[in-house]
Parts: sequence; C-alpha cells; structure tokens
Amino acid sequence: MTSATVRLPLVRPSLWRRFWSRWNEKEGYVFILPSLILLLVFTFAPLVFSLYLSLHRWTVPSPLDAPYVGTANYEFVLEDRFFWRAMRNSMYYAVLAVPVGMAVSLAIAVILNQRLPGVNIFRALFFLPVISSWVAVSVIWLYLLEPQTGLINQFLLNAFKLRGPNWLGDPSLAMITVVMVATWKNMGFSMVIWLAGLQGIPLDLYDAAEVDGASRWQQFRYVTLPMLAPTTAFLSITGVIGALQVFTPIWVMTKGGPIGATDVIVYRIFVKAFQEFNFGVAAAMSWLLFVVIFTLTVAQLFYQKRHIERTFG
Amino acid sequence: MSATRSLAPTAPRKRLRPGRIVTGSVRLLGLALLTALALSMMIPFLWMMATSLKTNAEAFTVPPTFLPTQFRWENYEFLFTRAPFGRYLINSLIVTGTTVFGQLLVCSMAAYAFARLSWMGRDSIFIAYLATMMIPFQVTLIPTYLIVRSFGWLDTYWGLIVPGLGSAYGVFLLRQSFLAVPRDLQDAARIDGASEWQIYWRIFMPLVSPTLATLGVFTFMGTWTDLLWPLLVVSGGNRDMRTLELGLAYFQAGFPGWFQTNWPQVMAGALVVLAPVVLVYILAQRYFVRGINLTGIKG
Repeated sequence: MTSATVRLPLVRPSLWRRFWSRWNEKEGYVFILPSLILLLVFTFAPLVFSLYLSLHRWTVPSPLDAPYVGTANYEFVLEDRFFWRAMRNSMYYAVLAVPVGMAVSLAIAVILNQRLPGVNIFRALFFLPVISSWVAVSVIWLYLLEPQTGLINQFLLNAFKLRGPNWLGDPSLAMITVVMVATWKNMGFSMVIWLAGLQGIPLDLYDAAEVDGASRWQQFRYVTLPMLAPTTAFLSITGVIGALQVFTPIWVMTKGGPIGATDVIVYRIFVKAFQEFNFGVAAAMSWLLFVVIFTLTVAQLFYQKRHIERTFG
Repeated sequence: MSATRSLAPTAPRKRLRPGRIVTGSVRLLGLALLTALALSMMIPFLWMMATSLKTNAEAFTVPPTFLPTQFRWENYEFLFTRAPFGRYLINSLIVTGTTVFGQLLVCSMAAYAFARLSWMGRDSIFIAYLATMMIPFQVTLIPTYLIVRSFGWLDTYWGLIVPGLGSAYGVFLLRQSFLAVPRDLQDAARIDGASEWQIYWRIFMPLVSPTLATLGVFTFMGTWTDLLWPLLVVSGGNRDMRTLELGLAYFQAGFPGWFQTNWPQVMAGALVVLAPVVLVYILAQRYFVRGINLTGIKG
C-alpha cells in the first residue's frame, strides 16, 4: 500500500473542528442576503451613482442621454452665488445653533444634576419636543410666531408693551428664529447626554477642589468642564453635522426665504434636484457638502483628541 | 469618600470665605429656573391643544385667550371627513409598521450572520457595513430617488418602505447584543440538531428582546416623523399616498375651501401627528434612555 492511495487524514478531526468548520457557510449567506441586497441597492449603488451623476449633465428623464461633462458641474457650483449664499447660511446656522444649544442644555443639565425633586418628570418634559415631529413643531411655531396675532408677540405687547418683530418674515431675523425653534426642539436631547456625562464625574474631585478652596464657579471650570470633554466632543461633532444637514423646518416655515435668508445647503440641493430637475449639479453640491462635513468632523476630532489627551493624560 | 453626597449640601455651611452663597437658596433658584424652562417646553403644546378646539376667529382674538368658549370638536371631524387625514393615518401606519417589522427582521438576520455564523468574507463585509453608517443622507438621496423611480416605485408603498429597511445601524446594534449571548446555548442547540434558523428564532431573538424593543422604538420614531423621503417619493398632487407628516405640511400650506389658513384645524392635525409618537414615548421611555446609552457616549 503506497502513501498515494491514502486519502483520509491520519487523525480524525475533533468534534470541535467539525462544528466550527465551514458548516454554516450556506446559512451565513442566506441570513445576510436580504440586508446585503438592500444595502447594495439602496446605499452602495446610490453612492457610486451619485458620483457618476455629478460628472454628467443629467437634466432629462432618460439616463442614456446624459453627456459626460467631467468637472463642469463642480465648477458651476463653485461659481454659483446661490450655492455660496446657501453655504454662508448653513455656516451661520451652525455657528448659532451648536454653541447656544450646547450651552443652554448644559446649564439645564447642571441644575438638574443637583438631585432636585422630580428629576424624571423634568427630563420627560424636556424630551417631549425632541421626539415630536418636525412638521408638527414647525406648524405650531408658525402659529405662535404670527407677527400680529401670534402668542409670542401678543405676550410681548401685553406684558412688556413691546411691539414684537416679524419673526419669520424679516430677513435679518428669520435665521435666528429658525435657530431658536431648533434649539427649543433639540435641547432635551443634548441635556440628556450632558446629564449622562455629568453623572460620570467622580465626586471625590469636587471634594478635593473644595478642600483646596475652590468656589462653585471654579469647581465648574476646573473640574466639571474638563471631565466633560468627551461629551463636549461628541455633542459638538454631531451638532455640527446635524446643523449642516437641516431641512424640514426650513421647508415648512420659510421655504428658504425671505429673500433667501434661510436658504441652506440641503434646501438648495432639494430645489436644484426636484424643482429645477438639474440632478447632475445637485449631486455635485451634495458631494461638496460631504467634503465640508467630513473636513469639519476630522478637524474637530483632531482638536478634541489632543484636548482630551492633555486632560486625561 | 461617600459617593452619596450630592454636589449641593442642604445645610448652609459656616464659611468665612466670600463667594460662598447659602446653598439652599441656590437650589431654589435652580428649581425655579427649571420649572420656567419646563413650562416653556410645554406651553406650545398646550396652546396647540387649546387652539385646536377653537374657531378660526377665536384663534386670533386680541388679546389671546387660552381656553375656547366652546369646544369645537368638529375641527377634528373635519380632518377625517373632509380632509384626507384618515388616509394619511392609514398610510403612516402601514409604512411605519412594515418598516419597523421589516427592519427588525432583516437586521437581526444579518446581525446573527455576523455574530454567530462563520462564512467567507464576513469580516470584510462587516467593515463595509460600518463604512456606510458614515455616509450622510444627502449624498445618496438623489440617486436613491432615481433608482426608486426607475423601479416604478414612486407613489407606492414599496418606494416608501423598502429603501429604509437596510439599516446598517440596526445591524450593528443587534450584532453587539448577539455577541453577548453565551456560546454554550448555541452549541447545546446545535448538538441537539437544531437548524440555524431555529437557533436564531427561538433562542437568540427572545434573548435580545430589549435591544429589539429599543431599535423598534427608534425606527418607529424615525419613520413616523420622516418628511424628506415621503416628500420625494409622493408626487405633489397625489393626496392618497401621503404620510401624516407630509399631509400635515401640505395641509398647512392650503386646503380647498379655505380663504386663509384655518389654524385650529392645522393644530388639530398637529395633535393627530404628535399623539402616537408621544404615546409610544410614554410607554417606552426606558427604551429611549437605553437607546441613548447604547450609542456609548458616557464620559
């Protein structure tokens, strides 16, 4: 008997090996298939397709007629004053909404963290606008902000004898108003995140600071804030990303007006694609927005990482 | 050091150092501020509810009154008889219900494949899944619309539901949960001759039901309140396929037979849109807290 005829391995594979060998290869594929197909068709394909779109002049229904135009769409966008206006508006929105939102919600979280009675009720109440639909909230605020007869201006008139402004109709005020509504809506979410971060701070640090003679404000500045650095990082990064992607309140409350004061980037993309039917340019705009968001996120991550490393060693 | 001491001791301390205010009154101030802010959260909603029962003229009385003189329930009746809110509600229920159920099924199957099955390419494909979570929606929005249109799925439930089913985020969450299930259970079941589907369905799924509930709640919220996607899928004039969100937005913009916006009816519509979400929130509050903790941002 030569060794060439021996086919079976000399040692029988253990029970264990037979279990964890490719036994569930087939099942693996079956289980993953629905999700994989969906992701391929509705996430990967669009991603690639979006790049393709941005490089073609696509304004007609049929895909076969769209000529390749290279970077012409991108050049058009970079020269389009409406695009730059939208960029400015988006940045304005982010610069207003993110710091103010974070600061106000932090203040509330600090107060709430003092073991006051009814914490859960407060938390639930503050969270109510967060879970509400944007359309319902926008519609309610549209009504409240009516210049002549809305509750806000009526209240100002009767309580303070102040003639309230045209909140959503005044170009210099419109964006601030939208930011206020958005802050009102999102405050609860940031507050809950701050609370979680605050509760992770060891109380010994405060005791040590008190022994060293630190006032409450100093304790806040030198104990609370540094220990909250990871939470701050998370909220500022997600806050900027969210702010640059805002759409629904604009569409419901101002439709980008008045005179383009609230025309933000995503709204401009929407208009370009679904009112002007210029899909190629709209795709190019969305990629430019992606680059902006990506750059800002990476920059923040770098900065936060260094900052956190300095704090926590 | 006692971990149960709060940050603000209740008794005022004897201190000679300046800058130390009596802490009792600070707490009171904090409570007052909190209450004021909490009221500001509630008042718009309360006003909405009160306004929904007024007539249009009453909604604009100067100075404004809170309660209506007479409860005008016919505003709600109008929504469901003359305006198509009944249809909107049904659409939202179908779309949201199917999306939640479908997503839970599809994502848990994929998560099981990643967590507990071994197959070629598993890890590289999982990294690809993670990568898709970083893609912002506006990049894929337009091509997804064009793809859906090429399928002929505009103005259909297919177009509203199917694109939302492949959530990488859901797969990620559920995979974490599946990984935490002890392997012994799986081995024992395999020795007993159970098929993978049986192991998945009868053993693993019940064990991760908290995560399923959390994912379900968040998916419900996200789908019920989604405006942008239905806005694209449903063409402007088509009233039959609108979801509640979309329907309310169009309703506010105008309705045949109105001279001007009938705010009480719009407020009634807002309440109809908000009620299910608030209900789910009240019933499933702990899943919300869980959901936020699962994103892992503690400290």
